[in-house]
Amino acid sequence: MKRKVDMRVLLGTYGVVVALVLLIAFGWWRYENFLGMFNVMSVLRYNSMFALVALGMCFVIMTGGIDLSVGSAAALGSVAAALGSHYGIIPGIAGGVGAGLLVGVINGALVTRLNIMPFIATLATMLAASGAALLLANNQSVSISYETGFMNLGQGNLWILPIPAVIAALAYVVGSVILNFTSAGRTVLAIGGNEDATNMMGLRTGRIKFLTYLASGGLAGLAGVILAAQFGAGQPIEGVGWELFAIAAVVVGGTLLTGGKGSVGTTLAGVLLLGILFNMLNFENGMGWISLSAYWQSVIRGGFLLIVVIIQAKLMSKGARYVTS
Amino acid sequence: MSETVSSSSAKPARFVDPLDFLARYGTLVALALLIVFNLFFTRNFATLQTLNVNLTQVCTIVIVAIGMTMVIGTGGIDLSVGSIMAISGALAPLIFLGTIFPVGNMGVSVAVAIAVALLAATLLGLFNGWLVAKMRIQPIIATLVLFIAGRGIAQVLTNGNLQVFRVPEFQWIGLARPFGIPVQVMIMVVMIVLAAWVLQRTVFGRQILATGGNEKAADLAGIPVDRVKLAVYAISGFCAGVAGLVVIAINSASDANLVGLGMELDAIAAVAVGGTLLVGGKATVIGTLIGALTIQLVRYTLLANGLPEGAALMVQAAIIAGAVWLQQQGRVR
Repeated sequence: MKRKVDMRVLLGTYGVVVALVLLIAFGWWRYENFLGMFNVMSVLRYNSMFALVALGMCFVIMTGGIDLSVGSAAALGSVAAALGSHYGIIPGIAGGVGAGLLVGVINGALVTRLNIMPFIATLATMLAASGAALLLANNQSVSISYETGFMNLGQGNLWILPIPAVIAALAYVVGSVILNFTSAGRTVLAIGGNEDATNMMGLRTGRIKFLTYLASGGLAGLAGVILAAQFGAGQPIEGVGWELFAIAAVVVGGTLLTGGKGSVGTTLAGVLLLGILFNMLNFENGMGWISLSAYWQSVIRGGFLLIVVIIQAKLMSKGARYVTS
Repeated sequence: MSETVSSSSAKPARFVDPLDFLARYGTLVALALLIVFNLFFTRNFATLQTLNVNLTQVCTIVIVAIGMTMVIGTGGIDLSVGSIMAISGALAPLIFLGTIFPVGNMGVSVAVAIAVALLAATLLGLFNGWLVAKMRIQPIIATLVLFIAGRGIAQVLTNGNLQVFRVPEFQWIGLARPFGIPVQVMIMVVMIVLAAWVLQRTVFGRQILATGGNEKAADLAGIPVDRVKLAVYAISGFCAGVAGLVVIAINSASDANLVGLGMELDAIAAVAVGGTLLVGGKATVIGTLIGALTIQLVRYTLLANGLPEGAALMVQAAIIAGAVWLQQQGRVR
């Protein structure tokens, strides 16, 4: 009995990995150079920002919350990082991550101290952070310093690996360890499963929730640092729609929006799935088979998300039937 | 927990509890204070011009937020409204400009354009409802699909081009002022009255709130929960469609990249500030109107008094968080 439930849930969760492998195999079969060094590295470089944001989002969602402010936090972080980059790499990073952490602190306080629903609390900080970014940047993009080597954070390589991808990979390793091997990680899942029960067990639900928002903000700030370094400028109006992309990636990765269940690894698979799909559409364009305008890309992405969530819903509902019968 | 409940019920003799009063009427008080402040400090505030500027800016948000109020009343949410606005705004000019099929009589073709755009918007809303009610997908994700794909559809329809038009029969919606009142404001008022009546006086309104209050109980009580959900998402789509037409009529142009951008969050903020519970079960359309007006007037006040856009956004954020916090104080008691 129990075994069967696990199989369904397993398929619901790891289906994304299967889909990712299939997608990569398809790309390898269809396009020359798809698995070439240049393409692989540029996919990793470009998607590292989204990966960082999605990692934070994953933790927040596992507690049953949501963080709509990540895009604005990244934009604010990119501006702060660009301003800081003129004093060196460290002040650049500190500025970006610090700005993100500040947004995270406010989110955490609104959600855990004032008990405002995460959706509204982070919607408010989303507006506030983008307002702060506009103020700080004086309504225009802020160029980074090219002398301090700050741009290596976005454009440089460590041996052959893009530095942003290395940063994102490290973040995922840390995130995975925290989720799977620490009491804080178990508490995150427990909160999402049943917050009241977790509270009664004496676990510090407030503090852990606060930390997830803090982490989400900090990671968004870090994504902002990479954004500034990659584009050579802090972008106060970038990051629009990132939050929904991150949510989509987390959900495609099999994490339940109601919380209580989730995985760091499959979130990364979700990010890569959406990112590689985007990359493949570019290839499709380049091959000239069908001329896919940029506009078709969001249609196809949306359609893809639709297929994934319908399949997941089917799997989940079957799983649920097993439990009840 | 139980102590707080008993202590508050222990003093029923008190007529007005200040925090509870603010929780109920705080937004209204804030709106009144804002108006008073502006009367004293903002130049040229008490003019028809100012009223028109504010009303036209808030109009589309309110129209979208009417549908959003109903969706949120069932415990759902609709992120796709901005994209649906873009689709309806892209479709209508394609028809009355004769891009799809040749135009004969302009009046007829404008009527067809409006009908087709609204039908498409309603069907897209129905699609959201189908995902939520039949496929059992969580509303955020179900409507995220159209949020992502919808704008792309609008861009594909128009090839990403800006559609500029000069069609008085259509622009009437956005620019005409019979008796000095803009047509779009009339549309807004009619929709508000209709929605308030539906929510408060009809069986369907009760069913919406029952579904949001406790879905399982509502289902067991024989309320057609699935059909209610289908209906509210369809209504939300329709409202977004109307708003899309209003926006392009005001601008005399349709840009699929911009129509309705960020509208979902504006509408949700108006609903939340207006006192509708985001978990469902309680919904007020009049509250939504007051919420939207308050947010709009805050922005206007700050910008009219020379604060930069960024600062206005930050204050707007504080107002939203503050208003929702205040309402929760009332709910806890």
